[in-house]
Amino acid sequence: MSREPEPMFLARETYRRRRLMDAGKMMPILGAILFFAPALWAGQLSTLTGLLYLLLCWIAMIVAAVLLSRRLPTQDTGPGPGDEEGR
Amino acid sequence: MLSFNLLLTVCLGYAGLLFLIAFLTERRAREGRANWLRSPLVYTLSLSIYCTGWTFFGAVGYAARSGLEFITIYLGPSIVMIGWWVILRKLVRIGKTQRITSIADLISSRYGKSTFIGGLVTVLAVVGTTPYIALQLQSVTLSFQVFSPDAGDGLTTGFWVAAGLAIFTIIFGTRSLDVDERHSGVVVAIAIEAVVKLFALCAVGAFVVWGVAEGVGNSAQIISGSPISDWDMRPDRWVTLTMLSATAFICLPRMFHVLVVENSDERHLAMASWAFPIYLLLVSLFVLPIAAVGLAIMPEGQNPDLFVITLPLEFGREGLAMLSFLGGFSAATSMVVVASIALSTMVSNHVVLPIWLNSQRGGATVSGDVRQVVLISRRVSIGVILALGYLYYRYSGGGEALAAMGLIAFVGVAQVLPALLGGIFWRGATRIGAAAGVLVGFAVWFYAQYLPSFGEGAVFSAAFLEGGAWGISGLRPQALFGIEGLDPLVHAVFWSLSLNTFAFIIGSLVSFPNPLERLQGATFVNIHRYSGSVRGWAQSAVEAEDLLVMAQRIVGPSEAQALFVDAAAEQRKEGHIPDVTPAFLERLERKLAGSVGAATAHAMVGQITGDVAVTVEDLMRVADETAQMMEHSSQLETKSRELEGFARQLQDVNDKLTQISLQKDAFLSQISHELRTPMTSIRSFSEVLRDGEDLSQDDRTRYSAIIHDETLRLTRLLDDLLDLSVLESGRAVLDVSTLPLGEVIDQAVASLGTPDAKDDLRILRRPSDEAVAVSTHPDRLAQVFINIISNAQKYCDAPAPALRISVAKDPGGVSVTFIDNGSGIPPEDQAIIFEKFARLSDTRAAGGAGLGLAICREIMTQLGGSIDYMPGHDGAAFRVRINTQTASKPAALATNS
Repeated sequence: MSREPEPMFLARETYRRRRLMDAGKMMPILGAILFFAPALWAGQLSTLTGLLYLLLCWIAMIVAAVLLSRRLPTQDTGPGPGDEEGR
Repeated sequence: MLSFNLLLTVCLGYAGLLFLIAFLTERRAREGRANWLRSPLVYTLSLSIYCTGWTFFGAVGYAARSGLEFITIYLGPSIVMIGWWVILRKLVRIGKTQRITSIADLISSRYGKSTFIGGLVTVLAVVGTTPYIALQLQSVTLSFQVFSPDAGDGLTTGFWVAAGLAIFTIIFGTRSLDVDERHSGVVVAIAIEAVVKLFALCAVGAFVVWGVAEGVGNSAQIISGSPISDWDMRPDRWVTLTMLSATAFICLPRMFHVLVVENSDERHLAMASWAFPIYLLLVSLFVLPIAAVGLAIMPEGQNPDLFVITLPLEFGREGLAMLSFLGGFSAATSMVVVASIALSTMVSNHVVLPIWLNSQRGGATVSGDVRQVVLISRRVSIGVILALGYLYYRYSGGGEALAAMGLIAFVGVAQVLPALLGGIFWRGATRIGAAAGVLVGFAVWFYAQYLPSFGEGAVFSAAFLEGGAWGISGLRPQALFGIEGLDPLVHAVFWSLSLNTFAFIIGSLVSFPNPLERLQGATFVNIHRYSGSVRGWAQSAVEAEDLLVMAQRIVGPSEAQALFVDAAAEQRKEGHIPDVTPAFLERLERKLAGSVGAATAHAMVGQITGDVAVTVEDLMRVADETAQMMEHSSQLETKSRELEGFARQLQDVNDKLTQISLQKDAFLSQISHELRTPMTSIRSFSEVLRDGEDLSQDDRTRYSAIIHDETLRLTRLLDDLLDLSVLESGRAVLDVSTLPLGEVIDQAVASLGTPDAKDDLRILRRPSDEAVAVSTHPDRLAQVFINIISNAQKYCDAPAPALRISVAKDPGGVSVTFIDNGSGIPPEDQAIIFEKFARLSDTRAAGGAGLGLAICREIMTQLGGSIDYMPGHDGAAFRVRINTQTASKPAALATNS
């Protein structure tokens, strides 16, 4: 199955949108790293510090999610074929 | 203290309010005036059914027992929501394009609309959800008991709660059958409940932090000073729980229902992606302070699960306690309602309907009312599910630790995860793999966690837990394969999910998917690339009336008729029944799928279209047929080419026959001519002899001699003809013998008599050359030679005629050349001398019939040689070639005949 040839360089806007999609895909990984990190410091943190750390990470993630969700295309009206695997 | 009656009144009033709101919403939605219902905010709030009574009460208890670990239950879903772009977006898109009605439907649809997988996931979901419903009943009952410890036992309360919830769910959950229309009333009700429970929790939290602990700083100090201050972090549990809650967030039937099925717009996900984590954060924000303050203030032995209610009560805040109670009640009821709706949909679509359809082999059109069957089965399922939950609650003894029960349910439903994720990301996932994975995971979970959860002695004896099944220590339920020391939860999660995944992958790798599975796999995995419509029905001879009858039974008469009228209008056939086009079938199937699930809808439409198997298979069959037809047509082409060839051959043969017939006619006329000439003279002379009485003896003798001669000529002619005919028909018997060529020539020369006596034709020979031995029929060869020599005698016009006979050997044969010294044969006649009756001069002196050379050529052909005229010599030159190699062949044949 041959896919349509894709342009080697994308327009700036499309390029930006693709990177945003990448960021969207990275979010759960980032979340997992941040939320699993306390497992590395087992026994060294007090409950309160842990709670503060988690809350801060949580808020940071939410802020990032807000920013992303505003820019990510929510309906597939814009991106054409290759939007999933596009470079 | 609040009176039990007041509590009951408030409770019933609250429930009544929810009823009313749900009712009004449904009405407005039906009138099409409820667009605000489809807002992302309502969607986000409806997701909060993740936070059940367990969350509301149990989280505080969990925090009081294990510190910060409770928060993992919220971290997992937050990760999933924030990463919505990866999984949820895909699930929602699939859910919309394929009209998915439940998680079982999604899995079944992905794996080739398999009824088996759908049923399997349904059973798993029911078994996994039952403890969860028990948990909700327990939390409501416990909170009731806080207010009125002696108002009947918990079982009675539990029973009435279960019954009330069943009624609410049946009324609002099974009202509209088309899940596509969604349960707007229920969704709004649970959105309001979401607000109530968040508000209640935050109110209690605020009261505890600012009212009891007097500020954030103090609260922090109280936490630091409490027994949970030291974070007893257990990394394995931490990671496992976070991942487990993330999994459950996707796989729990009720979560899948609100996330995917009730989603009306994909864009709502974008807002929910951050709004729901905020909700979760708020819910978990006050848990730790409440737990710490409760531990510090409340007397020993108080159930920490109930701190949310007992703390305000301790300080005489009955209103707050009541709010808190309502919050817990909301959490529990919304979960039970949605879970039982989701489960009843699954049970009716994947268990009851397939069985019912199977029992009605005649097809959906013949008897019964599917709509009624679906409705009844859903209502009964809801009742049964709640009854199961109640029974579980009653017989599990109402375990103190709510969290443990919730986690067991989590692990149970998490068994769907490999099949689900594999299904939407891996095209190679097959039905066999999915079934194997789910079965293995389910079995391990059941053995390693579910059954042991009833406690020692309930199902497994203590000895069994210690020694394992059949005394095999590798089969100890909580130390599988002899690996000990793992936390029981981590143990169960690890073994069930890893064996599940392993079985899933291996099963998928070794099995081969059927065509529909492959198609669905490609559609699901690449849903964003072509989220057009699902492929559907090949056109077939379906009666539109039958479809209408069936559709009426499933989606109701008015809806079905509206759909058909619409379709007819689209086809520009207003006022008539629409044509059964593939597009229409597809649309109808999707509409039905909204009510009864994709697999069942497919099967039902299939029953009517007479296409019960699978469309793709049919397509492939059609493709096969096409291939066969193409082969047929190519065969036909070949045949027609062959026939053309035959026709040409026939034409040729016919032409030849015509030619031969012409030749025969010519031959006959020649023969008649040849015969008539002597006959004429015989007749005239015999008449003269008969009538001439005065003829002299001399004349008489002369005339008799003429008659005699002519008779001889006739006889010779007839002999020649006979000879030729025998030769031509190949019936001549040619006996072969080997002898020197010279002897044959001698015989020929001798039979012509002494040359010198007649015309002084001198024959020049070289006997040394003639010593070649040939294998041939000597008399026939001699006949050829005689003919040539006598021709030379007759026609050689030289004053001193001479004939040179020379013999030459060449590879493969011998050539005998006869050259005389006459004027030869003119070039224009050379071509016809071998034809019958070809006589160059009209002189009949020769007395031949003109058949000599024709006979010679026939003989030479029979002998496997040839006779040719050689132009370019002074006189007439004939060459007779005797093939020594092939000469024997026809001769041998002739010998045998």
